[in-house]
Amino acid sequence: MPKQKRQLNKKIMTAKSSSSPHHHIQRGTGAVMRIVMFACIPGIALQTFFFGYGILIQVLLAMATAVIAEATILELRKKPVEHALKDCSALVAGLLLAICLPPLAPWWIVVIGTCFAVVIVKQLYGGLGYNLFNPAMAAYVMLLISFPVQMTSWLPPAVLAEQTIGLKDTVYIILTGYTSNGYNLDQLRVAADGLTMATPLDHVKTALTQNLTVEEAINSEIFRGSSGIGWSLVALGYLIGGLALLKLKIINWHIPLSMIMGAVLCASLLYLIDNSIYPGPWFHIVNGSLIVGAFFIATDPVSASTTNNGRLIFGFAIGMWTIIIRTFGNYPDAIAFSVILMNMAVPLIDYYTRPRTYGHKVKAKSISKE
Amino acid sequence: MSVFADFDTIMERLASQRLWDFPGGVRPEGQKALSNKHAIETMPIPQKLFIPLKQHIGVDADLVVKVGDYVKRGQALTESHNPFALPVHASSSGTIIEIAPKASSHPSGIEELTVVIETDGKDDTVQYHPISDYLNQPHSALIEAICKAGISGMGGAGFPTHVKSSNVKPIEFLIINGVECEPYISADDRLMREHAWQIRQGIDILAHLLSPKQVLIAVEDNKPEALKTISIACQQQTNYQVISIPTKYPAGGEKQLIQVLTSREVPSDGLPIDVGCLMYNVGTCYAISDAIIEGKPLTERVVTVTGKALSQPKNIWARIGTPVADCISAAGYDRDRQVNPNIIMGGPMMGFTLRSGQCPIIKTTNCLLAPAAKELPTIEQEKPCIRCSACADACPVSLLPQQLFWYSKSKDYDVAEEYNLFDCIECGACAYVCPSEIPLVHYYRMAKADIRQQQLDKEKSEKARIRFESRKARLLAEKKAREEKHRQAAAARKNAMKSDGSNAKDKIAAALARAKAKKAQQATIDKSANDKSGNDQLASNQSVTNNPEQTPANTKENTPDKNEKIAAAIARAKAKKAQQKMSSDIPLEKSAESNEQVTDNNNNQSGNALSKKEKIAAAVARAKAKKAAQQKNNDS
Ligand code: SF4
Ligand code: SF4
Repeated sequence: MPKQKRQLNKKIMTAKSSSSPHHHIQRGTGAVMRIVMFACIPGIALQTFFFGYGILIQVLLAMATAVIAEATILELRKKPVEHALKDCSALVAGLLLAICLPPLAPWWIVVIGTCFAVVIVKQLYGGLGYNLFNPAMAAYVMLLISFPVQMTSWLPPAVLAEQTIGLKDTVYIILTGYTSNGYNLDQLRVAADGLTMATPLDHVKTALTQNLTVEEAINSEIFRGSSGIGWSLVALGYLIGGLALLKLKIINWHIPLSMIMGAVLCASLLYLIDNSIYPGPWFHIVNGSLIVGAFFIATDPVSASTTNNGRLIFGFAIGMWTIIIRTFGNYPDAIAFSVILMNMAVPLIDYYTRPRTYGHKVKAKSISKE
Repeated sequence: MSVFADFDTIMERLASQRLWDFPGGVRPEGQKALSNKHAIETMPIPQKLFIPLKQHIGVDADLVVKVGDYVKRGQALTESHNPFALPVHASSSGTIIEIAPKASSHPSGIEELTVVIETDGKDDTVQYHPISDYLNQPHSALIEAICKAGISGMGGAGFPTHVKSSNVKPIEFLIINGVECEPYISADDRLMREHAWQIRQGIDILAHLLSPKQVLIAVEDNKPEALKTISIACQQQTNYQVISIPTKYPAGGEKQLIQVLTSREVPSDGLPIDVGCLMYNVGTCYAISDAIIEGKPLTERVVTVTGKALSQPKNIWARIGTPVADCISAAGYDRDRQVNPNIIMGGPMMGFTLRSGQCPIIKTTNCLLAPAAKELPTIEQEKPCIRCSACADACPVSLLPQQLFWYSKSKDYDVAEEYNLFDCIECGACAYVCPSEIPLVHYYRMAKADIRQQQLDKEKSEKARIRFESRKARLLAEKKAREEKHRQAAAARKNAMKSDGSNAKDKIAAALARAKAKKAQQATIDKSANDKSGNDQLASNQSVTNNPEQTPANTKENTPDKNEKIAAAIARAKAKKAQQKMSSDIPLEKSAESNEQVTDNNNNQSGNALSKKEKIAAAVARAKAKKAAQQKNNDS
């Protein structure tokens, strides 16, 4: 009997669970990440519908790469592989990168990008929870700077394209650069009206350099009919997913709301200054990756601010920067740059937005000992 | 900090059933239905009772029984005159068979001196001394009775109730805590349903003792029956208000409940009383009523025995000292439903795992939880923090748990304290929601313990350092003094040998100067004594008697002090002289030395018939003050 008791004691003493609370909400990191992935489904589905199978292949490629890269690096770092893989964080990073890439970008773009995200941005900084930068966005920026041509080669929406491409051709073109019957990507990008296609953001930017007004640019083919709706619907798809995340309390409202607010405010301001060269806020919301960014990317917990007020500042600043970079910068979309930029500011934001603790008069006092 | 709502605002809001809220909080499944369906059962008297001498915050009391003694129920086992000590009592009759350290019902499992009683089943009691007309008793008698009954807070940490009740500050709100926000526990719920009347009597006694402006009885809205019974019991009292609190963990925390009811925040380094509130648990009220009206000491309490590893979860009246194993087997404990034997004392959020089944029920034990295998799954492995801030959103005191975790883990304790580690109430809400399953509270506890230990060590080493340094300084000074003495002696010998003329002259001059100085000193002292005449008769008498005593004492002391004293004496003498001169209408001579006060006195005097008397009084006062000052100097 005493021996038994000793064993019992030993068991309890060695178990970590002997510390309260003994109760635990049944939703681990892995579950959170899986929910995030599921929430992407509506957006991805709509994107596939309007722009072909490219995105699906990119997503699969990215996720496969992510898992392999993560497992390899963990093995090299002599860390338990299984646990880290179960948390699905690499999958999410790959997925988020893939949905930002041009659907027909060559395979090595997504592979290089994903490896960079997982190995350099995440694992070399210490693994999950330690990375300063949003892995997907850091990889995106790296790719955009290194391979500008491949990263800006978007296809016209399916309805506008001169030739639609099936699943087989999509695979072909991503892997080899040519469709099965020998077209290359540049040929595919020619729309029915003979213009090379771009994203609406690109399009407006180009149009503006050709001295067209925003109105004229927006009136062009790519915004009309179902194709214009295409971009908006994709944004709507991600919005639905994002709202689901909010509802499930996976993300907080602070970042998405403040980010959209920041963008709208900034865009409205520019629009009021001169509506012939600056498109209005609505244009910015439905085009480009503002919605995906607001709900899926900027909300990446690891690299975002952790206090509520901090999140408001963080989101707002990203929204603002996005519009500013979109308008005045050289790159078509700017979510990645703004996110990276604000990632760097997070420690500072966090420090100055600590909440007031119960029973304390002032906001947390600053470090004054030095 | 937001300005606190005042009494009237609070009453207005409460009248319209509008409460405040506290940030964060979680809503775990209540699981109270497991145990709250049946009336509280009485346990058979266990064969052995294990009564630890220390069951509460405060100091130890002294043992007054020995092995072999026969004790009756209610007989005090310990006694102390320390106001922070509480007695413990035998909770049934029987023989003391052992007094030894035993595993205690404490998170640390530390061993406490425990009295083991082998019960005889007769349950004989000592003679109780009820105080039925408590309204006519002095407060001190009631507080003593509460103390003698061994009552400590029965909801939380077990603070001695009589200490809390000896409060003298004015109280606006006496808050009775029937919230019971932890999942699974239903002891207070059942107690309120079945003994609302007695709880009300306890509240009456407290209200009589503390005379608060308002009594608030807070019950969580997941206990409608308890709310109803307690409302009925309290309906005649006009300044009692029963309030239903939204269910959210940890609404029953002292600080949180005060915030919910009054919007006030207990200062971080203060007590509830600082914001005009005092809080008691319903169980404590029941025990107080028992102690005063019946004269019964605290020997049993309601314990919820619950969890899905039990076939009949229920509430029981358990004697203090009943081994946990007896309680759970009375509720049908089934070992096979658990992976590892695992009994939690307290609720699932803040309770702790027991080390052995022999651990006794103590005064603060409100729940025993035996979870089945799947019920409260143990955390397999802590994963990295993903900085999701779920924890910060759940924290009821607005801390940043992930930062605390980070700094606690890296042992950056300075920074952790800066992030207000010590304001953490260890409620466990953060760890409950953490998707990475990090035992956050565990880290905080370790950090707190480490910091406390460091502080202790620091204090110790600081004391040691001071001791060491003062010793070093003393030794050094002694050495120096010795050397100086030797040097002087040597010099003197040298001089004597030389017997130089000029030197001798110098010496004479010095001796002369010294003599003069002494004379002058004597003169001033005499003067100061002599000057006091006429009006200052009384005062001077005292001064004279003082001075002789004083001077020799002074001369022994070091010179600066002496000089100062002489100077002071001179100044005083001069001032007095001036004053006298003035009073006898001699023109002011030493105006420079007479202070303003003197001039004032003079002015007053010329136009005031009572001046003389006043002056005497003033002089007496002055002399007395001086005497006091001198004595002080001497003492030092
Ligand atoms: S809830 Fe857990 S994982 Fe999330 S920030 Fe807090 S400690 Fe980190
Ligand atoms: S245990 Fe401490 S840090 Fe965690 S939620 Fe409670 S008070 Fe906040």
